[in-house]
Amino acid sequence: MYFEYEIEGGNFSRAGYASSEVKKRLRQLNVDMKVIKRVVVALYEAEVNVVAHAWRGKMRVDIDRDRIRLEIDDEGPGIPDIDKAMEEGYSTATPEVREMGFGAGMGLPNIKKNVDKLNITSEVGQGTKVEMVTYL
Amino acid sequence: MGKPDFHHALKIDRDVCIGCTHCMNICPTEAIRVRNGKAVLIDNRCVDCGFCYRVCPVNAIIVEQDDFNRIFEYKVRVALMPAVLTGQFPENVSLRQIHSELLALGFTHICEVEQGVELLYGVMMEYMEQQKGTRPLISAFCPAIVRLIQVRFPALVENLIHLKPPLDISALGFREQLIEEGYDGNDIGIFYITPCAAKIAAVKSPVGQIDSPITGVINMNFIFNKAYTRIRQEKGDSCIVPEMRQLTPRSLLWSLTGGESDHAPGRSLAIDEIHNVINFLEQLENEEMKDIDFLELRACDESCAGGVLTTANRFFTVERLRKLAEKLEFEVTAGKTGEVSRSGVSGEPPGSGVSGAAPGSGVSGAAPGSGGNGKPGKPGKSGVSGKPSGPGRHEDFLKKQMTISPIEPRSMLKLDDDMSEAMKKLKRVEEITKCLPDVDCAACGSPNCQAFAEDIVQGYAKINQCVFVQRIFENRGILSCEESLRIMKEVWGGDKLDKNC
Repeated sequence: MYFEYEIEGGNFSRAGYASSEVKKRLRQLNVDMKVIKRVVVALYEAEVNVVAHAWRGKMRVDIDRDRIRLEIDDEGPGIPDIDKAMEEGYSTATPEVREMGFGAGMGLPNIKKNVDKLNITSEVGQGTKVEMVTYL
Repeated sequence: MGKPDFHHALKIDRDVCIGCTHCMNICPTEAIRVRNGKAVLIDNRCVDCGFCYRVCPVNAIIVEQDDFNRIFEYKVRVALMPAVLTGQFPENVSLRQIHSELLALGFTHICEVEQGVELLYGVMMEYMEQQKGTRPLISAFCPAIVRLIQVRFPALVENLIHLKPPLDISALGFREQLIEEGYDGNDIGIFYITPCAAKIAAVKSPVGQIDSPITGVINMNFIFNKAYTRIRQEKGDSCIVPEMRQLTPRSLLWSLTGGESDHAPGRSLAIDEIHNVINFLEQLENEEMKDIDFLELRACDESCAGGVLTTANRFFTVERLRKLAEKLEFEVTAGKTGEVSRSGVSGEPPGSGVSGAAPGSGVSGAAPGSGGNGKPGKPGKSGVSGKPSGPGRHEDFLKKQMTISPIEPRSMLKLDDDMSEAMKKLKRVEEITKCLPDVDCAACGSPNCQAFAEDIVQGYAKINQCVFVQRIFENRGILSCEESLRIMKEVWGGDKLDKNC
């Protein structure tokens, strides 16, 4: 089963909408609530990253009996050094963004903690693609 | 629609129900549908918040209560009285007078619900320390919230503080005290005067407890009407009990918004009104909010002061209780404790009450045979421990009984237990949703288009109940006007569609 959601860059009042929609679907599918929680935390982090850094993005969710595949694809500045971005505490967020409670630099490591597989590809000036898999 | 897992205090009176959509639209858990012109409750979804009761234009929602005369089946009849009952009365009605009226109604003892607060507070602080790994911890004070979390936020069940609410602690303590005073346990009836439906359900089928220590429940509006009528007719000069002072300022305000969170360690928040709570928990589940230690969540706006069975304006109730608490605070800090007789607790003008009778003689002051042995209660100590039988007497007994067994998640959101089946159903829901107008008019008998789509997939509704779909079908010539009318009659009953317009 497949779902797709648009993510709007720079609009923090909508941040979390797509993740909440996915959460609703997973609950309807009777996915184990502990799994839902982990998946949604990871999704939310990824969604906020798009809102905070990119211009626009897409969230794609593909669910079958044994795994949930998640893909967040954005058009944005890209990540010059992915390894560095994976470090806890590293952040490129502006002070304004941090003031809103975002951009503490825990995004990617927190995603990694909450999914079974994580793959990040990025091209500077083009965008970033975050692929995640969680097994059921 | 499934076997009921627990007792509901809310019932729909089919004879009175006019089949409108008020209750269905406000229900925070989408637990109501309209069929054959009458509202129908889906038991497993209902959390007894009572919002339907509030909005029903014809009073067709009934809050089930025990027959008041049941109290007379017991020799010892305890009124378990929450602070918000005091807040129902205007300020010129003293606390003593309210107590007197309760006794005049037939109760023999009065126990204030919030007596258990100080003891609970101590245990709760220890609990929070022990459960450091779980954050935020969510108070289990409001039974509608506990049930809401069970059915809508099952992943947060483990965040609930598994301790009994003050209500149960006070009832247990008071019962124990009475037994110690020589009463037979079978002669004791403890009746809770409730401001809401959820607490009734919690007493009748407690979550995480086998039995409730409470014998029965009487609705607050019933007691208030009885007592206030008497007060108005007697012009308020019948105080037959001495002044009682048991509650600390903190205990007095515990049931109001901020009552718990103001005293919780770390970062704490208080959120009231169930729709606000739902929005907040949705975000909390995504971990959008971090570093919160304690959450006080209450189903009603202004918490228990806004309970569906209250009569007074909730803001006045809060005002009165806050004033009382300020006065208590002032008296405690000014050192006016102990033997000094006081009339100020209940906020009446000095000298107006009948004071001076055995100050501090305790909750059971009016009980036959127990009035004389009272020691002055110490303000600042919990009521339970300030009993005639001596401070600290029941604390150990109560502390042992404070925890409740694990609260089970009971998710009502899944379309099917089996995931493959659920996926098939979800696909159908998505397809059906595309055909629906997204108007959420509720004319189909379901609260909104999304819920309607799910109802169709679950076999509880048919797509041609939608008035928009009917027009589309009629236009295509696959549904006749007569057939549409018949379908609508199935949902809304005959009356609404047999009118001579």
